[in-house]
Amino acid sequence: MFPAAFDYRAPSSLAEAVDILRQRGEEAKVMAGGQSLIPLLKLRFSQPALVVDIGRLPNLAGVERKDGHLRVGALTRHVQVESNTDLRTLCPILPEAAHWIADPLIRNQGTVGGSVCHADPQGDWGSVMLALDADFVARSESGERTIKAADFFQGPFTTALRPDEVLTEIRIPLAAHSAGAYNKLERKVGDFATVAVAVQVEMNGDKIAKAGIGLTSVGDRNLKARDAEKSLAGKQPTDEAIAEAARLAAAAAEPKADVRGSAEFKRDIVRVFVQRGLKTAVARARGGQ
Amino acid sequence: MAATHVHGGIGESIKRKEDSRFLHGKGNYIDDLALPGMLHMSILRSPHAHARLKSVDTSAASGMPGVIAVVTGELMAQHKLAWMPTLSNDTQAVLATDKVRFQGQEVAAVIAETRYQAEDARDAIVVDYEVLTAVTSPEGAKTAGAPLIRDDKENQKDNHIYHWESGDQGTTRAAFAKADKVVRLHTFYPRCHPAPLETCGCVADVNGVTGKATIYMTSQAPHAIRTVFALVTGLPEQNIRVISPDIGGGFGNKVPVYPGYVVATAASLLIGRPVKWIEDRTENLISTGYARDFHMTGDLALDKDGKITALRVHLDSDNGAFFADAQPSKFKAGLFHIVTGSYDIPTAHITADGYYTNKAPGGVAYRCSFRVTEASYLIERLITNAAIEIGMDQAEFRKKNFIRKDQFPYHSATGWVYDSGDYHKAMDVALDQLGYDELRKDVEKRRKQGEVTGIGIASFTEVVGAGHGADFDILGLRMFDSAELRVHPTGKAMLRMGTKSQGQGHETTFAQIVAEELGIPAADVAVEEGDTDTAPYGLGTYASRSTPVAGAATAMVSRKLREKGRKIAAHLLEAAEEDLEWERGRFFVKGSPDKGKTIQEIAFAAYTNLPEGMEAGLEGVHYYDPPNMTYPFGTYAVVVDVDKGTGQVKVKRVVAVDDCGVRINPMIVEGQIHGGLTEGFGIAFMELITFDAEGNCIGSNFMDYLLPTAWESPKFELGETVTPSPHHPLGAKGVGESPTVGSPAAYVNAVIDALSPYGVKNIDMPVTPDKVWAALRAAGVSE
Repeated sequence: MFPAAFDYRAPSSLAEAVDILRQRGEEAKVMAGGQSLIPLLKLRFSQPALVVDIGRLPNLAGVERKDGHLRVGALTRHVQVESNTDLRTLCPILPEAAHWIADPLIRNQGTVGGSVCHADPQGDWGSVMLALDADFVARSESGERTIKAADFFQGPFTTALRPDEVLTEIRIPLAAHSAGAYNKLERKVGDFATVAVAVQVEMNGDKIAKAGIGLTSVGDRNLKARDAEKSLAGKQPTDEAIAEAARLAAAAAEPKADVRGSAEFKRDIVRVFVQRGLKTAVARARGGQ
Repeated sequence: MAATHVHGGIGESIKRKEDSRFLHGKGNYIDDLALPGMLHMSILRSPHAHARLKSVDTSAASGMPGVIAVVTGELMAQHKLAWMPTLSNDTQAVLATDKVRFQGQEVAAVIAETRYQAEDARDAIVVDYEVLTAVTSPEGAKTAGAPLIRDDKENQKDNHIYHWESGDQGTTRAAFAKADKVVRLHTFYPRCHPAPLETCGCVADVNGVTGKATIYMTSQAPHAIRTVFALVTGLPEQNIRVISPDIGGGFGNKVPVYPGYVVATAASLLIGRPVKWIEDRTENLISTGYARDFHMTGDLALDKDGKITALRVHLDSDNGAFFADAQPSKFKAGLFHIVTGSYDIPTAHITADGYYTNKAPGGVAYRCSFRVTEASYLIERLITNAAIEIGMDQAEFRKKNFIRKDQFPYHSATGWVYDSGDYHKAMDVALDQLGYDELRKDVEKRRKQGEVTGIGIASFTEVVGAGHGADFDILGLRMFDSAELRVHPTGKAMLRMGTKSQGQGHETTFAQIVAEELGIPAADVAVEEGDTDTAPYGLGTYASRSTPVAGAATAMVSRKLREKGRKIAAHLLEAAEEDLEWERGRFFVKGSPDKGKTIQEIAFAAYTNLPEGMEAGLEGVHYYDPPNMTYPFGTYAVVVDVDKGTGQVKVKRVVAVDDCGVRINPMIVEGQIHGGLTEGFGIAFMELITFDAEGNCIGSNFMDYLLPTAWESPKFELGETVTPSPHHPLGAKGVGESPTVGSPAAYVNAVIDALSPYGVKNIDMPVTPDKVWAALRAAGVSE
């Protein structure tokens, strides 16, 4: 496992980083925690001319609550989300999903921003951000823009980011009486998901005001199960309503058979996990925890 | 407070002497070695499973920075080294000359100043392949019109390698004709890989002036390797020195000779500088010795009382592109015919066929005696299925059919002579520890509530300690092993053996044998293995043979020295030899316990004050050729819950009762059992080397080849019984492999038991959620 030669830059400011990307973005890979990129380099699957290590940029790590949003800095490490006790009530799906990511070694090094920009269809954060309707803040030399999660993931390892842009922050809307859950089937700790499902609900009395559902590992990117989401809006979370949403989400999945199992199997796990996730999320949103 | 004196004899759980070195990061593994002027080698491997080599263009690679040489099959052929013999009397390509026959096969090698330079140049070699149809299973190999894989071999007209039989076809057929019930199981024991933490590698250092070839390598059998190298290369054997330094796990993977060793040695010879070759993880997984890959069909004949009357087995073995099974028996399918297991089965007939496929060669005994794991798995699965099918409790069915204690030594239907055993006792201890009767009631209750839960049992019999020279050899080298013991004047000792630890704790266990037999505290006995210039000749460590064979040799040489010690003590005490009595560490005059000499005093006298005419020194060597194999056994029980929604299996409990005869260091034995139960868990639930239709290996890194971690591994509850081996000097049987052999069937049987209310009879390993899900949904069970 010996990577091919590459240039290496470690900018010390965001301005310097976007300047490097303006000049050499097309031939560069941006590295944050390096937990996806370094294995790809070592396997020589990825042979960029330049690696821009943004790991030392200041003020890009951490989670803060501001203007009715959670702002997750792009360099926030998975473990920072996992161990943040405030999030367990504010937005429980975040620490729950973080706990499912890879193993402790990777959670200590890997970043939320790096993971979403890597845009692995088997990545966990993408589905969570789709369920949460998060916004992605990108910076380039020409300024800042915001990309909706639903527009961010464009295909396998492909995002809406331009080569001259760097992700700086993820903004997650916060609402009262809302909560989520993340269910993941993996073959062993550290494995990518066979199937995982992110579910977020906002309750209005005994009805679901709004639901978000993101699917992992059942498509060429993290998928948003829109029909299932819509089916729940304004409904009481009865077994029938949940089963119907689960059926619609399973129908929206685009799984492929592989060594982890058949397409039918994965589709059915989506169904099972949407059911389980909705029940948990509703209970949490109602103040169970 | 009195100081605690730790002697470290047999039965004491002293701490491992080697651990201080390992835990401080001071182990010395192959890749730690750096010799002056050392070069680095990288191997170019075939991306195709089956292709004709049209050309190998090395011109660009040769001119790259730091490149000293690019070695091709053609160059090796000029030195008659393009092919090498395998351990199963076949040939294997060192570097391909005509075709590539599996993905990952060695095509060329770059020798450069640094590893990075070697890897860069490797990528610059241009190979023109004509891709051929790949054969990826025995089924495919025997299809009419299947591509001929071994067209290099004269007289090889198809992909069939061997047909082999054991047992008695006539009596077995007759028994089946009379059977009241026949239970059939067709199951596949898939290809898995030993995947040691340290991959394979070597540093070859051929001195151009003296002609001495020193090869540091990851070998479980350095002495045998030296002889094989001498025979293959024609180098005089005294000029070859093989050194196995610390080895980070072997599990059978480090028994064979791999092409990398041969190319690195040839390159060092040609270039005149040391050459280091270290596999990366993918190279290890795709090209070195796999294990298992047996397609098995077993039939069990029963009478109306549930007594087994006969066993019939056919198996197809997938051997990959070269028949390189690493086994020293005269039996083509290894020791598979131990398949009658722990049961008194009057007659049996086993047939086996081996096939070439476009997959990596080298069926190794992954933590087992050769093919015993497959045998144990099949019979234990069949037994549980039979019990379920006739409606008898699986523990009761086993007890009804076990070989009884009074039948030992037991002659099996396929010719084995089991040394000793008490299978009923091991079963009773296991059931008691598990609380089986209560648990069974609980299972029934929970099933009525709609839960999917079950208990699996496996009562394995291992056959280890190869072996008596009449049946076991490597290229004619009989499977003895050796120990050389030198006691220094100050009473400290150096023990060297022909075996080679890869983590088993030899430096501790074997010092304890000396401590017991010669009375020198274990702390005062240094144990060395692995350097063929200093250690006595031996066949190495695998098949749980170190304690049965080299351990016996250690006991015997200790006893030899003790007898010399008796003579010296008699001289020092001015007493007759027969008037002396031995207690551990000391001879004393019968009736006068105060009048004695310690082994340390005797050792000093061996160099300073000898009886008239006696040779000086206190040292000796013993070569031990065991009279028989040893037969460890045990009963394992596993409890599982199954998630109806996802098909996930949760192992709730594992009770493992092992009988490995006398335990030398119980802590090390328990560590061995924990490791093996974990590997068995991995094999049962996640480890898999598989291939797509084109022969691409899936399982080429640790994201695809799944090893269990502490997170998913179950908690183990151990128990023991002790039935000494009657023929081993210490009564020990060997233990390293029992848990890998015995546990996969216990895990799978638990799942089958859980699914038995739904009529499920088989799920092939690894038992992954998708397979369990499919079985549940087929039975209409869902969430």
